[in-house]
Amino acid sequence: MAIEVRIPTILRTYTDGAKAVEGGGATLDELFKDLDSRHAGIRERLVDESGALRRFVNVYLNDEDVRFLDGLATALGDGDSVTILPAVAGGMV
Amino acid sequence: MPILGAMLTLTQDLHDRIVAHARADHPDEACGVVAGPAGSGRPERFVPMLNAARSPTFYEFDSGDLLKLYREMDDRDEEPVIIYHSHTATEAYPSRTDISYANEPGAHYVLVSTADTDGSGPFQFRSFRIVDGEVTEEEVEIVAAYGNVTTQ
Repeated sequence: MAIEVRIPTILRTYTDGAKAVEGGGATLDELFKDLDSRHAGIRERLVDESGALRRFVNVYLNDEDVRFLDGLATALGDGDSVTILPAVAGGMV
Repeated sequence: MPILGAMLTLTQDLHDRIVAHARADHPDEACGVVAGPAGSGRPERFVPMLNAARSPTFYEFDSGDLLKLYREMDDRDEEPVIIYHSHTATEAYPSRTDISYANEPGAHYVLVSTADTDGSGPFQFRSFRIVDGEVTEEEVEIVAAYGNVTTQ
């Protein structure tokens, strides 16, 4: 099952500079584990110690933020496209 | 990662639009991007963003708008040359939060302060590189237009 994953600039150190890579998995969680098996360390940038999606990383299944779907449990299908974008955020403190 | 020419050059028009956005959204933080052709380092296309946090102390691009923005830049072969936001009660210097969420090592992080905190008058406009948690301030050069390339 091939899923295209679009990688943001800041994480391309894990993908030898590739803007997009392919992965597989029935859920987003499985996909991230699959990616990590070939791009060691990338999962840690996306998922925290408790196994939840990091607050300031946005992950989209096709056009939808997975937070509005089932988060890491979001089901994936062949031909889906996943986009990872770090939040653009900050503040005064 | 090398700092390529520690200077931000932008047009008076873009400078004024960023300041106007910060002023309009005060007391909330304003935020946005100026996109430019990939690799050129030249800020050209002003894209004000909605602060989804609608807060005087925090900003975050709306997640749907963020996806739209990055797709659009991808299609046009652009990158975020400037990422700007305002501070409404503190100086125009990156906070700890700004530094920890700075994920575009190639961008100029522009901060505008809508507070007069140091007697130098309101609307301080300063630019920084933020790479691996390290902040480097750079000069800001304001020009009428970019050489003979831009005619508006």
